[in-house]
This record gives sequence, C-alpha cells and structure tokens, in this order.
Amino acid sequence: MLSEISLDFRAGEVHAIIGENGAGKSTLMKILAGHLAPTRGELRLDGAPVTLRGPVDAEKRGIVLVHQEIMLAPHLSIARNMFLGREVRRGLTLDDKAMNARAAEAMRAFRVEVSPDIPVERLSIARRQLAQIARALLAPHRVVIFDEPTASLTPLETDALLALIRGLKAKGVAALYISHRLNEVKAIADVVTVLRDGKWVATRPASALTPLDMAKLMVGRDLLALYPERPPAPEGPPSLQVSHFYAPGYAEDAGFEVRPGEILGFSGLVGAGRTELFEALLGLREGKGEIRIGGRKATIRHARDAMDAGIVYLTEDRKGKGLLLAESLAINLTLAALDRFRKGIFVDRAKESRALSDAITRFDIRVGDKGLEAGQMSGGNQQKLLLAKMMQLDPHVIVIDEPTRGIDIGAKQQIYRFIAALAAEGKCVIVISSEMAELIGICHRILVMRNGRIVGEVSGEAMREDEIVVLATGVDPHAAEARA
Amino acid sequence: MSKGSLFSRIDIGGFAPFAALALLAGLGAMVNSRFLGLDNLSNVLTRSAFIATIAVGQTLVITAGGLDLSVGAMAAFVAGLMILFLNHGLLDNPLLLIAAAMAVSLVAGAFCGLANGLTTTLGKIEPFIVTLGTMGIFRSLVTWLAQGGSITIKSPDLRAAYRPVYFGELFGVPYPIFVIVAVAAIGAFVLYRTAYGRHVMAVGSNEDVARYSGINVVRVRTLTYVFQGLCVAIAVIVYVPRLGSTTSTTGLLWELQSITAVVIGGTRLKGGVGRVWGTIAGALILEVIGNIMVLSDLVSEYLIGAVQGAIIIIAMLAQRSLSRSR
Repeated sequence: MLSEISLDFRAGEVHAIIGENGAGKSTLMKILAGHLAPTRGELRLDGAPVTLRGPVDAEKRGIVLVHQEIMLAPHLSIARNMFLGREVRRGLTLDDKAMNARAAEAMRAFRVEVSPDIPVERLSIARRQLAQIARALLAPHRVVIFDEPTASLTPLETDALLALIRGLKAKGVAALYISHRLNEVKAIADVVTVLRDGKWVATRPASALTPLDMAKLMVGRDLLALYPERPPAPEGPPSLQVSHFYAPGYAEDAGFEVRPGEILGFSGLVGAGRTELFEALLGLREGKGEIRIGGRKATIRHARDAMDAGIVYLTEDRKGKGLLLAESLAINLTLAALDRFRKGIFVDRAKESRALSDAITRFDIRVGDKGLEAGQMSGGNQQKLLLAKMMQLDPHVIVIDEPTRGIDIGAKQQIYRFIAALAAEGKCVIVISSEMAELIGICHRILVMRNGRIVGEVSGEAMREDEIVVLATGVDPHAAEARA
Repeated sequence: MSKGSLFSRIDIGGFAPFAALALLAGLGAMVNSRFLGLDNLSNVLTRSAFIATIAVGQTLVITAGGLDLSVGAMAAFVAGLMILFLNHGLLDNPLLLIAAAMAVSLVAGAFCGLANGLTTTLGKIEPFIVTLGTMGIFRSLVTWLAQGGSITIKSPDLRAAYRPVYFGELFGVPYPIFVIVAVAAIGAFVLYRTAYGRHVMAVGSNEDVARYSGINVVRVRTLTYVFQGLCVAIAVIVYVPRLGSTTSTTGLLWELQSITAVVIGGTRLKGGVGRVWGTIAGALILEVIGNIMVLSDLVSEYLIGAVQGAIIIIAMLAQRSLSRSR
C-alpha cells in the first residue's frame, strides 16, 4: 500500500498531503493516527521513537485525526456528541449547561450559530462535519490530521475552517491537511507532499507550487486542461420548464428552463435548497408547481414518474442513496432500469452482463474484477457507476448533484468530459455543485440559490466566483469593505 | 459474472446451514440407528413442512427489511376459517368443497398478509409492532371463533377425503415434501431470478437507494407480506387434514421457529441478503433436533422450545462473527 516514506511534520506548520485516490494518503493517515501499524519503519514524536497501540493511545499522545466520514450519533445533540466519552460531570450528574456552552462556542468558531442541544440528524451535512471537527479538537492536541475536511463545506464555512487551522498553527500545533481542493491547499499549506501509487513523489514549500503544478505531480503526467471544451450553445425550445415550484420548507417559487444541449449550473451555499428543490421536482420528496417536459405538462409524484418522463437525478449521497455498496456492479447498474433487462418475468443476466461490459468501457470504470462489490471501488469509479446506472434509462434531462465530491482529479476530468459529451449529444445536464470553479468551468450558465429561492443567474463574462458569492450570500464584500 | 465473484458470493455463511444439517444427521445416526431409516427421515421432512413453508415467506419478508411475528396466530386463524367453511358445506361434492376451502384459505392468508403489509408500509409503523399487534388479534379471533375450544371438521367423509393431502404419498414420497420443494423453488425463483426479487433485496439492503432508483418501496414490501400470507395459507392447507381441527394453541411458537429457520439459513435479519434454500435447511435443522431429542434420552423433549430459542441466539452470534471476519 505504502512504501519508503520519510516525512517530518513540524510544530506550527501546515503540511498538506495530496495525491489521487489510492495514492496512499489514507493509509499514511491511519498509521499516523494509530489505526494501522506500519510493517516497517518507525514513528518519532519529539525525536523519540513511539509505537502507537491504537487510536486511543495516539490521542493520549496528542495526535488527533478528523475523519472524512461523519461519525456522530444522529439522535444525540451536538453537545452530547462533542462530549461523548468525555462528558463533563458535576458530582454524579452530567453538567449539560457547561457542555452546551462549550459546544455552542466551538460552533461559533466556525461562524455557525446553532443551538447545541438539537440532535445532529437535524443538521446539514456541512454542519455535521463542523461539529465533528469541533469534537476532535476538544481533546488535547499537538498534531491534528484533517482528512478532506472541506469536502461538504461551502466557501464561507471553508474560510472559517481555514481560519481555525491558522489559529492552531499560531498555537504551535502541527497540522496535516489532506484535500483534493488544490486551491485550498495553496491557501493554507506551508509544505506540500505529493504521493502517487503509495510512493513519495515530492515535498516542497507551498509557495513554490501552483495548483496546476500540484495536479501535474499528482497525476504524474502533463495534465491537459481540467475542463473540456464547452459544447456549442444550446438551441431550440426548452426540454424542461419549471415554474412556481415549491418544495415546502426548502424551496420557494422556483422557475427555470433548460434547453437541449445545455449544461445548467446550480450554485449556492449548502442548505440553500438546491438538492431539495430537485428531489421535489423528481418526485423524491413533497413538492408542487408546474413542470413542462417538451412543452407538455407533466405530473411527477414518484421517482418512477420522473424516470418515465426522461429525467434522472444522481444523488450527492452516493454511498447512502446512490449505490448498494454490498452488491455487485451489475446489480447496481441495472437497478433503476430493471424493466429493460427482463426476459419474461426473469432478469436477463446475459443482457445485464453485456450492459456492464459496455458501461465499463464507455465510462472507463476501472475495476480488475467485474464481480467486485460497488463499495470496494474508489469514489471516482463509484460516481462513474452511478452515472452509468442512470444512463441505462436513456434520459433526456440529467441532474447531477455534486458530481465530483470526494473523487480524484483524474476521475474529475473524466466526469466533466462525460457531462460535456452528454450535452453535445443534445441532452440537458443540470449540475448542482458547491465547487464554483467547476460550475464556471463546464456550465453554459449558472443559477444561484439562496434560502430556498433562485436569486440570480450568471452567464458569459459574469460567470466569476465573486459574482456568484455575492448572489449566494446576499452580501457584497466590496460594498461591505467600502462601508467599513 | 466472473469466477472470483462466484466464490465470494457463496461464502461460508451460505454453506454453514447445510454443513450443520449434515453434522446433525451424523449425530442422529450415532444416537439412534433408526434415525437414518427411510421412515424416520420421511417423517421428519413431512413434519417440517409447516415451518419450512412459512419460513420461505418469512425469508422474503426479512430480506425486504421486514419481520412477521403473526404467522403462527395467522395459521390458526386461517385454519379456523377454512374449517368453518368446510363445515358450512356449500358444495355437495367433497373434493370440490375441499378445493374451494383451499381457495378460501389462500384468499384469507393473502388478506391477512395484505393487512400486515399495508399497516407497516402506509402506516409507517415498525413491522415488529404491527405484527405483534396482529398476532394478538388473529390469536384472539380464533379463540373467539372456537369459543375457547376447538374447531373441528364435522363430516367424517370430508375428513377422509382430505386426509391424503397430509398422509398421502406419490412414488413413496409424502405430499408435504412436494409442497416444501415447490414453495421453496417458487420462493427462490422469485427472489433470485425476477426483477421483483431483485427489488426485494434492494429495498432490504438500502431503502433510500431503492427509492432513488425509482422502486416503489411500499409495493415491494407490502407484496412480501402478501406472499407470507399465501405461504401461511399453504401451510394451513397441509396442516388441517393432519388433525382435522384447530384450537387457540394451533401454530404456537411458529413465529419463533420460522424466524429461527430463516436466521439459521443465513438470511440477514436486517434485510438485503436472503437465502431461500438455507431457510429450508434451517427448518430441517429444527425438526431434526426435535427428532433427535425424541429418539434419544439425552434431553427431555419438553425442553424443545428452550433448545430452539437457544439456537436462534447461537445462529445470530455465528452470523455476526462470520460477517466480521469478512
């Protein structure tokens, strides 16, 4: 998995570890945090060799790992989660008051105002992530390892987190930072180490590297432009028209249309209601309003209605809602379109197997063994499989929610190409993303949502991050500065 | 599918129940030489028919992420209805009357299952609670129908005409054994070969993924309960000619036995993985253990419920350790 790596992490330094999925970052982190023991080599803490007997031992020595996966008890409150296993007591009873106060304060460090006694399950993914980071930092720490901490955060929250990491640095903590977002790495890291295929490639000062340099080192070859050429501007009457659409509690009075061959972006902060709007449109949650497909009014009550009408939705929650992780690729591939794989009442396994071979070729799903379970593949391959799964339905309109979350740069580039190719074929692609750069890179135009409403549209020259941020937050930073 | 996947799919969990069954058979032969006699084996198989049949339905229900505790009470209730219909004597021809009674039993079973299914899915209530409730309802209804006593087929002619369904043989094989094989084959075909079966598995494996794949989760789940109801009805059709009557204690602990058979068979109790043939092996294991207890003097046969209760717990422990080692 990992061989011959020698690295120094200094106090008061942010050391970024980058590399494609499978490069060995996670293995390295697990060794450092005591989850795995190295087969050879040694770990030195303050110059003295140490053997970590497990994550608890590592934590005792001040090495804290902030996991990428959210590991909180959904029914317990934020405060109870943060203090789980290290509760503050007053005599025999719990001191909820103190714990709540400290939890609220910890969340405020991320500029999040939230009551600490609401259950974690009612928080957005982003806020759960922040709560988890806060929990990790409650333990005394001198080495903090962040594994993709910003994967589900919006720009605003990311900024807050980066500020917090700078604070740790100032206190003399050694921070390790793993991320796919190279701009962030550039912004926060002092030193960058690149891993590839389990081997060390380079360690350089961040100031000496541009994000493009980093990407080249990660991939090991010259990276062509990350974004494909934009398909020609869409023409013809709209394929999908939505007007006065409501998703109760999440989206209000939404209206937009999308034409054949168009790539339409949806930007906004996490919690702006983008996902919920489309889930409601696609019959996955409650919603009402007018939907026209090809000019004709459509009624969509269940996910199946949308699929029959030629609209599919690729969920942002690949592992939880997109794929059956414990099942084979073939079963996942045909699950949404099983009616097309029938011979009488039986599933036509030969046809299914052919479809899998086709999908593997077309979407470049990299698996050695076709009998693998979906959960055993990397995030990038899972995303390709999810795309292939929905393409079995021959849709006209494809809604992709966070198409590149948690996948490596090579797979990202491929996903962008698939999206462009679909548009070039005359299909409509709607991309929901928190990564503004990717929306700007691939979309014809971008709609921005804020608090459940579509508040603006940018296209052409105006497709810039600052324009989108202004719309998404409702705050004009320039105006704010001018006033200050 | 490639060879590798074939081996990873048929894991130890899939073989374990059959290996356990073979081991028990060996033990049985050691304890009493009569055990391996054709008569005894055919007896064991015949007697396992009720639980095996019901457990096939239970396999589908559990694979879809549900549970049915009401099967035993439902069996007693459906048997009561069936016998009352027979006693009503709507038709003169006894064979036609029996055929009609079988149809009544199937319809009644399907309705009981439908009630369970719709209440859990549309009512969004835990299946544990719903079927615990209907267990009480069915049990009480049969007690009421029997006025605390028993419901018996009155006409001796009718009883004689119906008797062969349980006691009859074809090529020396008792009919109930054919019933087990047929029901299991249908269950296996539905679960492994049809789109519906694939949906059952998907719903049990991850309901959200199923929903986002456009699968009608309510329909898929509800139909598993209807299938369970039909399986109960088939078990009743085989059960009624055995004694010709039903009481409020008919089918007592069948829910424990059928769920135990399913779990021994390697079906995941949380859903997503169903093994129909494993379930049949599980049902046979239960019956063989009972048989060995009767044939030997090692343990009192009055303790059979305790043994079965222990087995389900041991089976769960085994499943847990197997899934951990994977």
